[in-house]
Amino acid sequence: MTLLGRRIPIFFSLVVWFIVWEIIGRAKLSTIVPPFSSVVIAGFTIVPTEKFSKAVMISLRSFAVGMAFALLVGIPLGVLMARVASLGKVLGMWVNIFVSAPISALVPILMAVIGIGESTVVITVFLFAVFVILLDTQVGIKQADRSLVEMARCFGARRYQLYTKVLILCALPEILAGVRLSVIRGVKGVVIGQLLIAILGVGELFELYSQHFLMEEFWALVIIVFMFAFALSEAVALLERRVEYYASSR
Amino acid sequence: MPAETIVEVKEIDMTYEGGVEALAGVSLALPEGRISTFLGPSGCGKTTLLKIIAGLIPPTHGEIWVKGKKVDGPGPERAFVFQDFALLPWANVLRNVAFGLELRGLPAQERHAIARKHIAEVGLKSFEASYPHQLSGGMRQRVGLARALSVDADIILMDEPFSSVDEQTRRKFQEELLDLLRHKHKTVIFVTHSIEEAAYLSDQIILLSPRPGTISNIIRPNIDREGRNPDEIRRDKNYLDAVDEIWEILKHYV
Repeated sequence: MTLLGRRIPIFFSLVVWFIVWEIIGRAKLSTIVPPFSSVVIAGFTIVPTEKFSKAVMISLRSFAVGMAFALLVGIPLGVLMARVASLGKVLGMWVNIFVSAPISALVPILMAVIGIGESTVVITVFLFAVFVILLDTQVGIKQADRSLVEMARCFGARRYQLYTKVLILCALPEILAGVRLSVIRGVKGVVIGQLLIAILGVGELFELYSQHFLMEEFWALVIIVFMFAFALSEAVALLERRVEYYASSR
Repeated sequence: MPAETIVEVKEIDMTYEGGVEALAGVSLALPEGRISTFLGPSGCGKTTLLKIIAGLIPPTHGEIWVKGKKVDGPGPERAFVFQDFALLPWANVLRNVAFGLELRGLPAQERHAIARKHIAEVGLKSFEASYPHQLSGGMRQRVGLARALSVDADIILMDEPFSSVDEQTRRKFQEELLDLLRHKHKTVIFVTHSIEEAAYLSDQIILLSPRPGTISNIIRPNIDREGRNPDEIRRDKNYLDAVDEIWEILKHYV
């Protein structure tokens, strides 16, 4: 990005927004927008509290378990859907429906069926994350280089070798793109699930802060969740860039 | 000197799904230790025939026998060199060349030693750690050849291996291929659409007619290659006659 002939770093745009936020906050235009500086201070005061670390632990655990299930189901099932035509046809329609459906609408039903607890949040994370992994894995395997598959067969690859040494690696760029998108969706899943349940983890904190009108703390928490989602997706993106060199030369 | 038959093609018919007839009634005997070439216009089913011999495509009708055994899939006595190289883009030259041995479960040290030997043979000694995208087309095909040599198959099947390589590289590669194979006593089955390439390389040229592919002629150029340089071979009367004879036949199909 350049401005008036000078190069400026990308995060400059963030700085500008924070300044605008600070001005609006100080002008006391709205009670729900406190100045940015007091949000930051609130952030530093809530992070060391036991309530916060407890909430984070619960949220992280739900997120990790839900994501693990999503990856364990999504990648193998995506591979199967690409390799077994009939399975791809039968499940493909459902995956396409669910990948675009508002999963949040299902959470109240889950609450009714499974109960108000961590497992509902885990399933919410799973449902938010799994479909995009499925779809991307399927596309990646389907687009895998056919001549590489022929080559492997020619040189005597067994069935499992065809998958572990050729197909999965061929599809790795697509699979990682799916994982990155699903991580972002998973964070949404954990927050929405806990918000709707309202007695668990970060969702409970959100509920608490907004009901008591603790806007500084509320915004601080929003920023922390944003940063968490962003950091995770960047971490996967880092992996993606490592495999990019061969994705572009396929 | 008459050579023994190593590959027998028995009455192969191939009809693809959708009714495209690629091959009809192809029967052939391919001699051991020689270079045989399938030559013909595009659509004559020459690549299909090669892939059937490789065991990659099951024929609609007919059988392939290799070294007295009926073929029902790929086997260790046959190695394939691909038109589009088919190198693993995430693996370096060493791993690509050793890939056939890796699939067979050979320990890394052993397979790398074998691969290194063949990498040197095809003239890529200093490129062991390079990745396919860092190599030119000609170099990539050398990797493909080294991979086929590494598994020590008796029969090397080559599907238009020089078609995506420029003319200079192609000629140099052809010469090196002849040189290399002369010492190794390999049977080579080669697919090409270049008349000169076929006449230059082959002991036996199988001409295929298009749609559906049938054997139209078999030509044995009988060029004495022993101790002669490429330019002498290209001026050899038998070479030139073979080129003319092939063209006489092929031009009816164009």
